[in-house]
Formats: sequence, structure tokens, C-alpha cells
Amino acid sequence: MKKNKSFCAYPYYVWMITFIVIPLLLVLWYALFKSENDSIVFTTEYIKRFFEPIYIQVFLRSIVLAVISTAICLVIGYPLAYILAGKTFKHKNMLMFLVIVPMWMNFLLRTYAWLTILEKNGILNQILRFLNLPTQNILYTNYAVILGMVYNYLPFMVLPLYTVLSKMDINLINAAEDLGANKLTVFKKVVFPLSLPGVVSGITMTFMPAVTTFVISKLLGGGQTTLIGDLIENQFKVANDWNFGSALSLILMVIILLSMRVMTKYEQENEGGGLF
Amino acid sequence: MKKSIYRLYTFLVYFFLYAPIIVLIVYSFNESSSRGKWGGFSLKWYAELFDNPTIMTSLKNTLLIALLSAVIATIIGTLAAIGIHKLKPFTKNFVMDITYLPVLNPDIVTGISLMLLFVFLSIPLGFVSLLLSHITFNIPYVILNVMPKLKQLNPNTYEAALDLGASPIYAYSKVILPEIAPGILTGFLFALTLSIDDFVVSFFTTGPGVSTLSITIYSMTRKGIKPEINALSALMFITVLILLFIVNYRSENSKKENIDEQNI
Repeated sequence: MKKNKSFCAYPYYVWMITFIVIPLLLVLWYALFKSENDSIVFTTEYIKRFFEPIYIQVFLRSIVLAVISTAICLVIGYPLAYILAGKTFKHKNMLMFLVIVPMWMNFLLRTYAWLTILEKNGILNQILRFLNLPTQNILYTNYAVILGMVYNYLPFMVLPLYTVLSKMDINLINAAEDLGANKLTVFKKVVFPLSLPGVVSGITMTFMPAVTTFVISKLLGGGQTTLIGDLIENQFKVANDWNFGSALSLILMVIILLSMRVMTKYEQENEGGGLF
Repeated sequence: MKKSIYRLYTFLVYFFLYAPIIVLIVYSFNESSSRGKWGGFSLKWYAELFDNPTIMTSLKNTLLIALLSAVIATIIGTLAAIGIHKLKPFTKNFVMDITYLPVLNPDIVTGISLMLLFVFLSIPLGFVSLLLSHITFNIPYVILNVMPKLKQLNPNTYEAALDLGASPIYAYSKVILPEIAPGILTGFLFALTLSIDDFVVSFFTTGPGVSTLSITIYSMTRKGIKPEINALSALMFITVLILLFIVNYRSENSKKENIDEQNI
């Protein structure tokens, strides 16, 4: 078609270079260069500092909490997606819609509401006391942070799983059953392998935001749980060490983008049916 | 038996998802201002909400930034999608890879990288920097929603319009634009919701004195959330819910109409 249409995108190219490319180059710059005696020198000092035990510990904690919450999301989300995609309910789309609706309420408020439920004299403990059960103090522990992550990111897990499961060819399941497979075998050999692309994109969409959050750990962890996100936020808002903050962001970005690459490769090979 | 277990399980998960929202809405009617204590039913926070200047200003900022950034992002993004669509595969992939960056990058990295840019260009952190940041993370979603519509287009209709004497601009607005309009609308709505919901990027790119709702809420979490905020979020939630149901209902209806037309 006509060549002259490509000028349409010129404003965007300017925007893209100014607001996407240059900012990331600035992160790179702050992470790798420092000014010393009026001259600018290349340094790996900030990158190296990340590998000090105290920071590696923070990083590992972020990974562990994110892995646990992603696993819980999968364990809770898979059966839900499976049930919603099945024959139990008539208004499937409406129910699926209701999974996403909570995301339209400000996520800080939703997370904050858990304080009212979990605190010492909160709703949960009042109910437990009423039932004469021992009260629980999980607020400001890792458990509360995991709960916050599961709560916030569960819809991201259910959505791609539902998409894959509801598109699955029912004839394949019928064929397996006709050939004598029991329910468990059908699930293990047919349903689950076919739903793997959904599982992969669900894991990606849950794990990525969980590993980089700093709000959930601040609100529900009460400052007891420092995650990599808190560490970065701290460098820019409190410690004013922009070089180290940029180095941390750079490392985080590289890890996330690389794992995304691996995940999407995997998905393409399996002709994924996720969100992207 | 199996069905009732399924129903129970579904109910429990939905209960988990909605428990905090129910708590929030119930406490917005709480007479007592302390969280966790029930002081009787009252509508006073709904009345006081409109007299609270902090909340009202942040609400105004949130809506203004959301609307402006969504409109600007939709215009730039739609034009960009039309242009990118025409590129050769190699350049196209390159541009799309960069476009995906703000989508895939953690919000916190997008936020600090934009903050570094504003400091570097000595743009003061405030309303303008917020608006520019929101436009930046909105554009990719507009492009990603418009591109598939462009791919589905039949190029012959546009050529036919040209052959019949239409000027390129006329042909575009009469042939192409109506076809890709649904994608543009979805992109716009996406941008609007993302902007209203954003906290992390705003947190790093705003300056003293300029707050959106998310930022006001975040600073309140340290001192305790004002009950007026509960009232406001209950109102916003109900509004969004009603809007979504109308949109859903209308699209269901138009689907039916389409089927009817096809049958005729």
C-alpha cells in the first residue's frame, strides 16, 4: 500500500525514544558510572554491592515469597478455572467477569482492608474468639505478605487458565474416556498437558508482579519484610543512593526480561492461548 | 454431590476475593471513625467526603490525568499503530520490542527510569511529569489493541475507495477508521483504567503538592485511612460496576442484533 502513511508513527517514535529508550539508558548510566573528583568514571561497584550477603538475602526472600504465592495461586486458581470452564454453572462469562471485578477497586485500599480483617482485634480474631478458637496474629509476618500477594494476583492466574480450559476440545476427553482411561488419568494425560500454555502464562503474570512489589510488603509486612522492591524504593526515596538504586533496577529488569523471553519462547512453541 | 462440592469451592474462592471489598463498603457506613470498631450505621462519611479538600483535589487530579493521558495516548497510539503496520518486518519487530518494554518491565523500573529522565531534563516533578508518565505507559496498550484490528483489515476496500476517487484521508476516515474503531475504544478504556489504578509509576514521578487518589491513600496508610476514603471507593466501585454491566449488556444485545441481521 501507499508509503506516505508511515509518517503517522513519527510522533510516536519521538515519544518512544524520549520516554522509553532514554530513561532506560539513564538507569544504565547511573548503575555503571559515578562522578569522582569532577570526572566521570566507569564502575562496577554498585553492581557488585548487590552480591553482598545482606542484599542477596533480600533478593532470595523476594524470590521465595513470590514462588510460594505463585504456587498457592496455581493450586487455588486451577480448580476454579476448571470448574468455571466446565458444566457446573450456566452463566460462565458472568462468573469469570466477577473474578476480574475486584481489580477495579483501588488495590491499596483492597490490601489495606486486610488490616481490618487480620489485626489483633480484627474481624478474623473476633470470629475465632466467638467460636472459642485460639486467636491468630499473622499481620506483619511473611504469611500476611503471602496472603496479600495471593489475594492481589489470583485473578491473573485464573484468567489465562480459564481461557485455555474453556477452549479445550471436549472430544479429546471423551475419546480418552472411551478408551478406558479413568478420571485421574484423563486429567494427568490429556487435560493438564493441554492446559500447560495457560499454566505458563498464569505463572508469568503472577510471579512477575509478586517479585517486584513493594506496597504489599510495606502494608501487610509492616516493614518487617524487606523485598527487592522495598530496597529499590528505599534507595530513591530515603537513602538517596541513586546509583545503587539504578543498579538494583537494572539487575531486576534484566532478570525479568530474560525470564519473560524464555517463557514466551516456551509458549510460542506450544502455540499458547494465554493473554498475550 | 460433585456439583455441590464444586459450588462450595467456587463460593469460597469468591468469598476470599470479595471479603476485603465487603469490609470496606460496610465500614464506609460506620459511625465510629476507628477501624475495627462498629459505632452504628451512618451516612456521615459520604457527606464529609465532599468537604474534604485533600480527597476532592486528588480525585480531580486522578480523573483529569486519566482522561487527558487516555485521549493523548489514544491519538498517538492509533497513529503509531497505522504507521507501524506499514513497516517492513524487521523494523516492525524492532519497534514492537521497544513498545513492549513498558508492558513487560516492572512498574517500579518504569517509575524510577522516568523520574531519572525528568530530573535529567530538569522538568519539575508534578502535574506535567505525572501526565507525561501516564501517557507513556498508556500508549503501548492502545497500540496493542489497535494492531490486531489493522491485521484483520481487507486492504482491498481501501484501494477500492481510492479507485472510486476518494482522497487518501477521506478513504481513511470512511473505510479504515470505522473498521478499527472497536480496537481504538478498547485501547482508550484500557488506558483510562490503567491510569486511574496506577500507583507505583505515579509514586516516583510526582512531586510535592500534587497527588492522585492512589498517592493520597498511600500516604494515609501510615497515619490510618480516613473513613471518607472508604465512602469514596464504595461510590467509585458501584459506579464502575454499573458501567461495566451496561457495557456488558449492550455488547450482548448487539451480538444478538448482529445474528438477527445475518439471518435476514
